[in-house]
Amino acid sequence: MTALIARELRLAAGGGAAFLPLVFFLLVATLFPFAVGPDGPLLARTGGGALWMAALLAALLPVDRLVEPDLASGTLDQLALRGISEEVIALAKLAGHWLSFGPLLMLAAFPAAALMGLPEPVLWRLELGLLVGTPGLAALTLGVAAITASLRRSGALAGLLILPLAVPLLIFGAGLVERGTENGALQLLAAASLLLVAGAPFAAGAAIRAGRE
Amino acid sequence: MTGGGGEKLLEMKGVAGWRGGRLLFEGFDLSLGPGEAAMVTGPNGIGKSSLLRIAAGLLPARAGTVARADAALADESLALEPRRTLGAALAFWARLDGVSAVPGMEAMGIAHLAEVPVRMLSTGQRKRAALARVLACNAPLWLLDEPANGLDTEGRERLEKGMAAHRIRGGAILLATHQPLALPDCARVTLA
Repeated sequence: MTALIARELRLAAGGGAAFLPLVFFLLVATLFPFAVGPDGPLLARTGGGALWMAALLAALLPVDRLVEPDLASGTLDQLALRGISEEVIALAKLAGHWLSFGPLLMLAAFPAAALMGLPEPVLWRLELGLLVGTPGLAALTLGVAAITASLRRSGALAGLLILPLAVPLLIFGAGLVERGTENGALQLLAAASLLLVAGAPFAAGAAIRAGRE
Repeated sequence: MTGGGGEKLLEMKGVAGWRGGRLLFEGFDLSLGPGEAAMVTGPNGIGKSSLLRIAAGLLPARAGTVARADAALADESLALEPRRTLGAALAFWARLDGVSAVPGMEAMGIAHLAEVPVRMLSTGQRKRAALARVLACNAPLWLLDEPANGLDTEGRERLEKGMAAHRIRGGAILLATHQPLALPDCARVTLA
């Protein structure tokens, strides 16, 4: 299992793609104030939601390289021959994917929040939300990556599959940033994230098995 | 890790193979014990690769039963990380198998390529790498799909030597090929 997770991290870091989600996240954080204008209160009010959207899209970036290359190269077959179940492979991929972008995004949220002029309590709610929500984003990306792995030019389909399922995370994540922890947004975010994390390995495992021809 | 005396390493009974909604073969029986080997031949598209994938358990048999010991598969897909060196990429699998990758690389004559990235290897060298992974592992059953494709004469001789040694150790081999390969006393199976 550790060897599999290490392999995922190695693949994520390879080819200069390691910092792509991070760069993307910071890019949005930099550009958003330019688009909205130098209106401090407005930025502080909308910034959290914008950062959540950036986090969502950053998590989606590697959707085409999470499962498809391993399916095409026969790696998934070789793992299956060694008696490693598809669910375990999916779990390792989930852990590897989250480790490759989740902690980085939480770090990047500090400069991003500064760019948006978010007040400190809001920043901490954003960090808390990212900690709870990014595993859900990783799980969603993995599930869709596995489902679309055996299809050609599946980028558009992946987007269509992910976006509706990501809406709860986005609503509760942004709600947590905006309105604080009293209204149950954190609990609902955690519930949505947990559901995705618990279900994704099974969905992805079944999709990998079904994708074999 | 050889199979116990008389125990079957691969047992296929009444197996039917489908691909793309088309029946490839049916009523296929095969059993391999320690030291035995079978060579599957037949025209392109007849279902040799599907047969091997069914034996490996990667494809479900449409009918019939398949029972097998631990198996190693070498087919047309390399399953090595292209950016890593050959030695490191093979070591990943060797660690999963609980063995060292070096004997396999030496047996296939690619030990000197250990520091070369996988993506720089030639077709023949890639084939040797895939076979080195099989040679290194302890699985008693080898499933080889066109193992001689892309190999030169020297590579073919190394493969034949490796297969002979595996059978002496009590292993079994199921092999699909179009190339002439020396596999003494093997059962010949023709799919038609």
